[in-house]
Amino acid sequence: MAEATVAEDQSDVFPRIVPAGDSAVLIELGSEIDPAINDQVYSLARSIESAKIPAVIELVPTYRSLVVSYDPLVAGYGEVQELLGEIIARSLDDVEGVVGDAKIIELPVVYGGDDGPDIESVAEHAGLSIQDVIDIHSGVDYRVYMIGFAPGFPYLGGLDQRIAAPRLKTPRLSVPAGAVGIAESQTGVYPNASPGGWQLIGRTAVKLFDVNSSAPSLITPGAKVRFVPVTHHE
Amino acid sequence: MSKSTARELQVIQPGPMTLIQDRGRSGYQQLGVSVSGAVDVDALDIGNRLVGNDLNAAGLEVMLGGLVVRFSEATAFALTGADTSATIDGVPVANYVSYMAHTGAELQMGMAINGLRAYLAAAGGVGTPLILESRSTHIASAIGGTEGRALVEGDVLRLGEVNGDNISGRLLNAESQTNDGNGLDVRVVLGPQDNEFSTAGIETLLSSSYSVTDQSNRQGLRLDGPVIESKSGRYDIISDAVVNGSIQVPGDGKPIILLADRQTTGGYAKIATVATVDLPKLGQATPGTTVSFLAISVEDAQALLAERQRIIIESDLPKIVDPTTVTVDGIDVAVGVAENGVSMLAEVDGNIYPISVDEYTPAE
Repeated sequence: MAEATVAEDQSDVFPRIVPAGDSAVLIELGSEIDPAINDQVYSLARSIESAKIPAVIELVPTYRSLVVSYDPLVAGYGEVQELLGEIIARSLDDVEGVVGDAKIIELPVVYGGDDGPDIESVAEHAGLSIQDVIDIHSGVDYRVYMIGFAPGFPYLGGLDQRIAAPRLKTPRLSVPAGAVGIAESQTGVYPNASPGGWQLIGRTAVKLFDVNSSAPSLITPGAKVRFVPVTHHE
Repeated sequence: MSKSTARELQVIQPGPMTLIQDRGRSGYQQLGVSVSGAVDVDALDIGNRLVGNDLNAAGLEVMLGGLVVRFSEATAFALTGADTSATIDGVPVANYVSYMAHTGAELQMGMAINGLRAYLAAAGGVGTPLILESRSTHIASAIGGTEGRALVEGDVLRLGEVNGDNISGRLLNAESQTNDGNGLDVRVVLGPQDNEFSTAGIETLLSSSYSVTDQSNRQGLRLDGPVIESKSGRYDIISDAVVNGSIQVPGDGKPIILLADRQTTGGYAKIATVATVDLPKLGQATPGTTVSFLAISVEDAQALLAERQRIIIESDLPKIVDPTTVTVDGIDVAVGVAENGVSMLAEVDGNIYPISVDEYTPAE
């Protein structure tokens, strides 16, 4: 064997597989917000799910990493790490198949008026007409990078930078369920009424989160969201 | 046994904050649903064992004490976690012992004296509806429990079916982890983002004493103490998933330990993760409690968890020792002391009731 060398910092070598405590493993696949890395995350999540490892309790995929929770009384860290390592090697060879399957969720949105009280301010900030804002916002499919912050709250990627807009100086105490907003270069939709500082441009009447359903969240991680302009709520 | 009628817990006084909690709502974190659940899960588990419940049964988590409830029917119950000097119909009851409550008996808790949270387990468990497979209350998202909120006066909680007999007269005082005021030694596994911190920063975490601030709750413990240095001077990362016990360090350099009600994702680097076996005692940490951290390997943390399983989940539950039989009002009563020496007990028809030494002293 070669002489031992000073250990190199492995922080930038991906995949990076490390313990997140004694009951979870963190798998980092990159260090930036990037659709290709996020595709890898969901490809890997799908592969781990289908492997049905008895010790695995749940997966939490996010922008560029995946946390795998497991029961250490069923399998120890070494065993879980080894199983996951094998799956990672296989999964990263087959990212294409997963991406092509991404579900598209269409959300009918009434833009402007009482449903989108900040749309004029967004248009003014962008130097565009209200109709331009609507056309641009509803003109692309948004990637659900992850869900977090609150039940069913999607972190969407892909907002056209022309309609990026600052947060409100004073957040609203209550934003209605289904409100569609913009904050900096992000857009999103509030599944439940909550306080919020995003500029509101519209609202969907579709129920996004239902605790009484076995599939409680209409928007799921890895899916795509398409906002469809409508003139009134069904 | 008599035909079972609806057994209920009637809330007479809720105390500062009493929540229905079980072991938590796992499986929905990828949809943004917080796990929640009992923060001192050891206390909940022991309580459920003492009354013969399944470990998934829900109990009441009583912050600071002050709860008063009435049992509509005879029911076995146990108190665990922080001591609240509780009485039932005026007779003191010990922690970590299961008793029978008479029909209509009133359980009254005082203020918690050696921790933050007391737990009440009742035979059959609290039977509120399962929401996403759990009864745990998460107030921030108004999910679970009774309408997603803390208990209020007048709430009536139906108890679940009892499998087999009501169990009473069991005890288990497994290394009670309530807060003795001497500070907490908390074992951690470094990472998952210890690579974001300088060697000095990690040394600061492991060699300093931190203090639990009053800006702490079921979501997390915000600590005060020396600033932890990151490598780059920045502490935020691209948001990723957090776990129970994640120690995240925000921009002020002071650690926050995430607990049961944590959000599912966060944007701060996580320097270390509390060993699962040490999480329950954090649920008893009152503001001002000092916390020191010790790094251990993931393998050691898992071995500690297996040991906890043997002590809390798989251990025998002893009964009262050397009972003396006496006759009171024509009924044979076995009187004894719990094996842990903390409680006077009387056995009538196989059920164990608390008795007060002031009211009755058995003859030699």
